[in-house]
Amino acid sequence: MSNFHLAKTILTDDVAHEPTRAGFGRGLKRAGESDKNVVALCADLTESVQMHLFREAFPKRFIEVGVAEQNLVTVASGLARAGKIPFTASYAAFSPGRNWEQIKTTVALNDQPVKIIGGHAGLYTGPDGATHQMLEDIALMRTMPNMIVIVPGDSIEAEKATLAIAKNGRPSYLRLARDKTAVFSTEKSPFEIGKAYVLKSGKDITLFGTGTMTYELLVAAELLLSDGIDAEVVHVPTIKPLDNATVLKSVEKTGRAVTCEEAQINGGLGSAITECVSEFLPIPVKRLGVEDRYGESGDPRAVVEHFGLDGKNLAKKIKAFVRTVPQYKKGY
Amino acid sequence: MVLRRDIIRMLEEAGSGHSAGPLGLADLVATLYFGVMNYKPKKPEWADRDYFFLSNGHCVPVQYAAMAEAGFFDKKELMTLRKLGSRLQGHPERTRLPGLENTSGPLGSGLSQAAGVAYSLQYLDNQTHRFVYCVTGDGELDEGNIWEAAMFAGKYKLSQLIVFVDRNNIQIDGNTEDVMPLEDLAGKWRSFGWHVQEIDGHNVESILDAVGMAKAITNRPSVIITHTIPGKGIDFMEYDYHWHGVPPNHEQAKQALAELRTLRGKITHEGQKHE
Repeated sequence: MSNFHLAKTILTDDVAHEPTRAGFGRGLKRAGESDKNVVALCADLTESVQMHLFREAFPKRFIEVGVAEQNLVTVASGLARAGKIPFTASYAAFSPGRNWEQIKTTVALNDQPVKIIGGHAGLYTGPDGATHQMLEDIALMRTMPNMIVIVPGDSIEAEKATLAIAKNGRPSYLRLARDKTAVFSTEKSPFEIGKAYVLKSGKDITLFGTGTMTYELLVAAELLLSDGIDAEVVHVPTIKPLDNATVLKSVEKTGRAVTCEEAQINGGLGSAITECVSEFLPIPVKRLGVEDRYGESGDPRAVVEHFGLDGKNLAKKIKAFVRTVPQYKKGY
Repeated sequence: MVLRRDIIRMLEEAGSGHSAGPLGLADLVATLYFGVMNYKPKKPEWADRDYFFLSNGHCVPVQYAAMAEAGFFDKKELMTLRKLGSRLQGHPERTRLPGLENTSGPLGSGLSQAAGVAYSLQYLDNQTHRFVYCVTGDGELDEGNIWEAAMFAGKYKLSQLIVFVDRNNIQIDGNTEDVMPLEDLAGKWRSFGWHVQEIDGHNVESILDAVGMAKAITNRPSVIITHTIPGKGIDFMEYDYHWHGVPPNHEQAKQALAELRTLRGKITHEGQKHE
């Protein structure tokens, strides 16, 4: 049904949990080992964004810029001009939240291979509250020409994505979560920039997930089976460029779709999928995520549940959608 | 004089753009391109070159004029400034024109980029013989990004970074000290850990001396506060902030070129020299 090599423990109590940022930290160190041009810059959050592994291994290639996110990315742009592959990291609320224009002008328009690592993105930032729960970053970054946008689903994929952007020669954005989330992929699972992956095939509806929400959709799909709904789950780690072929192939088969992201539904994955689908097929797409409001403080998992983005709540919403919206059939 | 002539012609032809800044910077940029920097116009990515970062991208006509004069491209191309399909964009874009080191226009970011290169040369590449020159506006110093970069360069003692602040005292809304006072400007830079000089930006000898001094300072970044006259060389533009963001029309361009050609009336016809 899928050659994604899902972890055997998924949907059990034994499923491993680890923050995606941990995978980034390991990946950055490995990228540094294989290419001496990889340098890392941080804005006073080195351990938070897990850059300390790189700093300890390559102290001379680690640059502390202080709490100055505009300078973080513009100095990186200069380093790229000098032939380096700079990874810049902060919380997504500050980078790209605060320095969007600098990223646009000096990285994206200037077409320099600077990597923007947005840590602590999404609702899993929990207790810090709305100011720190960055929900607009996917929308901000995917409107930027030249920019690659990746939201890894778990820590293993985050490590692979980090190695991939170290080699892609392009301006790239990598979105990371703070809290521990389920690890559903394995070392054998494929990761390629620009590819979406069918994790579970189904015939009644396609569930598109990105980042931490993909696992919640796997949980929801399992629950939906008992309601007689056979959902296909597609993981979309690269939001830009979107894997149009995989998206269209799936919805053409299932005739209905739901998107889910731990971000604003306006401009994020939901927008990307609906833009793609509506240009080719008259297929209804329901967008789930944060619906035009800000987050709030709380235990990370409690916040996610409060916003109805855990597997159980998602299953309810998806079931209601399936019950009320008919499937598109070929020749409609 | 040649750069100023080309700037007037380009801006008249373009029908939009900034006049005062580029004219004021002509002596500095000419001195850098023809008396200071190492580069190869036919090999813009030459690995041993010095870097030039224009942080106040709106002044790029003066850089284009210097690059054409230096042989990066044919001077005829100057007349395409700001036109559709031109490599000479209204604000500089690195990916369009070989020889540009950065893309700039939104103010405050060029200094950081220059600092990034200077960091690389000093700490990662062990190339102590190359220098990074950066020109910023003075109004541009209102930007917070500038002072983030100033702190960064001060912390890392980026001694191969040499910055010129174009101190022409004007910005779009008026005089800098009315819009947002910058003084004590030298004191500000000094307190950020920089070596500070102040010079007459229209005196080539002063510029060369200051660069020599900046190169000799090996434990700090250098800033050279370069006092210039906005619109320098054209009587009706000098000192007037209204000329910050507008080009001359045909009549004004004709008058400006006549002033340049005659050294303000001191030469009455071609071939006669001022005594």
